[in-house]
Amino acid sequence: MAVEQPQAPAMARAGEQTRIHDIGYRSYDGPRLGRAYARRSLYSQSLRGAYGLGRSAKSKVLPMLLFVVMCVPALIMVAVAVTTKANDLPVHYTRYAIIMQAMIGLYVASQAPQAVSRDLRFKTVPLYFSRPIETADYVRAKFAALASALFILTAAPLLVLYVGALLAKLDFTDQTKGFAQGLVSVALLSLLFAGLGLVIASVTPRRGFGIAAVIAVLTISYGAVSTLQAIADAQTNTGAVPWIGLFSPITLIDGVQSAFLGANSAFPGGAGPGNGEGVVYVLVVLGLIAGSYGLLMRRYRKVGL
Amino acid sequence: MIATESLSKRFPRVTALDRLSVDVGPGVTGLVGANGAGKSTLIKILLGLSPATEGRAEVLGLDVATKGGAIRERVGYMPEHDCLPPDVSATEFVVHMARMSGLPPTAARERTADTLRHVGLYEERYRPIGGYSTGMKQRVKLAQALVHDPQLVFLDEPTNGLDPVGRDEMLGLIRRIHTDFGISVLVTSHLLGELERTCDHVVVIDGGKLLRSSSTTDFTQTTTTLAIEVTDTDEHPDGTRAMREALHARGVETHQGDGLPGAGHILLLTAQGDETYDLVRDVVADLGLGLVRMEQRRHHIAEVFKDDERADAQVSAPDARKEAVGHGG
Repeated sequence: MAVEQPQAPAMARAGEQTRIHDIGYRSYDGPRLGRAYARRSLYSQSLRGAYGLGRSAKSKVLPMLLFVVMCVPALIMVAVAVTTKANDLPVHYTRYAIIMQAMIGLYVASQAPQAVSRDLRFKTVPLYFSRPIETADYVRAKFAALASALFILTAAPLLVLYVGALLAKLDFTDQTKGFAQGLVSVALLSLLFAGLGLVIASVTPRRGFGIAAVIAVLTISYGAVSTLQAIADAQTNTGAVPWIGLFSPITLIDGVQSAFLGANSAFPGGAGPGNGEGVVYVLVVLGLIAGSYGLLMRRYRKVGL
Repeated sequence: MIATESLSKRFPRVTALDRLSVDVGPGVTGLVGANGAGKSTLIKILLGLSPATEGRAEVLGLDVATKGGAIRERVGYMPEHDCLPPDVSATEFVVHMARMSGLPPTAARERTADTLRHVGLYEERYRPIGGYSTGMKQRVKLAQALVHDPQLVFLDEPTNGLDPVGRDEMLGLIRRIHTDFGISVLVTSHLLGELERTCDHVVVIDGGKLLRSSSTTDFTQTTTTLAIEVTDTDEHPDGTRAMREALHARGVETHQGDGLPGAGHILLLTAQGDETYDLVRDVVADLGLGLVRMEQRRHHIAEVFKDDERADAQVSAPDARKEAVGHGG
């Protein structure tokens, strides 16, 4: 909560009974920082909002809780690695987000509607567009804010792992490389999930629907994809496994990182895409991110005043 | 402040604005029209948010088609509908909107405190907006439109949903925006009566066309009408008639104040200056009547538009306008 700077002289503040009713209107001659500043302000407000900062205590609970839940396993792994003097971390950097995908999904489902549905529901959007910003500024600020929030959520445990690995005196080069690969992977994941989440949430002004829709899209697609992959694998049709993986967000990220970021695929039988298929994965991920941005731009083109 | 030149906005099925040319100077300007007359469309175009189909418009000397961002930095906008998130306090919300207008953080906080005080929100500004009354919400909406000290504000139906007291307070506040804050105002309403008391200038649009644009002083002061009521005496059992005839003999036309209470006893005449008052006094004295009243009657804007309504029969939606006039009276 922003703390109000007392405008009245100190002596007037002394007694709360004292009220200055009219000290006249003061005009503002200071700087007006314009469109880029407004976009940054919207970005920082939305990013803070994604963790409930500047909002009610109740809205801080879920994002903060998810953040803690994301980090605790990393802390435990680090503690284990340090005490047992292990040669390597129990989980690879790139694998961490895949394991914790349910938490990431929950976070997107709860915070994407928070970022856009509220503005739609309470019709705050027209107010934004009566300011210097344009449609693109609003979309970029919201997209960047949610992607940053997701990056914080997914990169923080990796940082814990990395710092822990260094404390456990594991090989510096190996760990740094793994950490960097992990960061690239979660950065892509953040952009992808933020885009999908915002597109879905921006369709409805109802927060509940938004939450349900995001969860549905993420879990149903993942459920269907992993089931089909398991069937394909059981029928020893291993060639189909990577192609099926193109149809859910988390398996897309898995595919990209197993092809290019040195990760072991979580697909059945570890049958991640090869380099050729990996290019398709990267293209699909980038296409989805760009497509989400395009759809959001279209969604907000008609400004409902 | 605002100038439009044969501004048109056509949607596939309706023409919202039809070659509207209007000039608005500094001060408080009322934009009157029935629902669907094109008021909101006009504001949208003036904010540079919606391109005009044809014609051009300037706000503060800036072309709306190319300088939308610069216009919106210097103009405030209070929407007609609810636009406040319920779970933040007025202070937080207005600070955020101030920053969205380009004010640096410290200035945004200072201006927020000032502005909320000016619109009459005190301790309650730290509580979540969800618990506010309609009147308080309207004040927050007004505050966010003023917080960046614009040169001009667009207020879209600011008195909507307010009770009579709240309405008066809001109108007083609107007046002060110009007189005390030095900010020009364009305020829309479908109620003429409200604007008559508040505005320096009234623009009436209907069906996207300009019906009338003139200053309220034009309407209400340049032609002063005198209302006269006299007593009857034994000598003149019908004093009013005797008065009328005597005035007529001296070349002064009178007419009955129709539609007013006690209309049969009231004579209306146009005052040309002090001579008219002297003349009335003399005539009354000559006839030996008692003068019950001699007062200046301000024209109500509504009356002015009654004439238009008669003349302008082809304009669509006469029912809606009649309703507006009825409220205004």
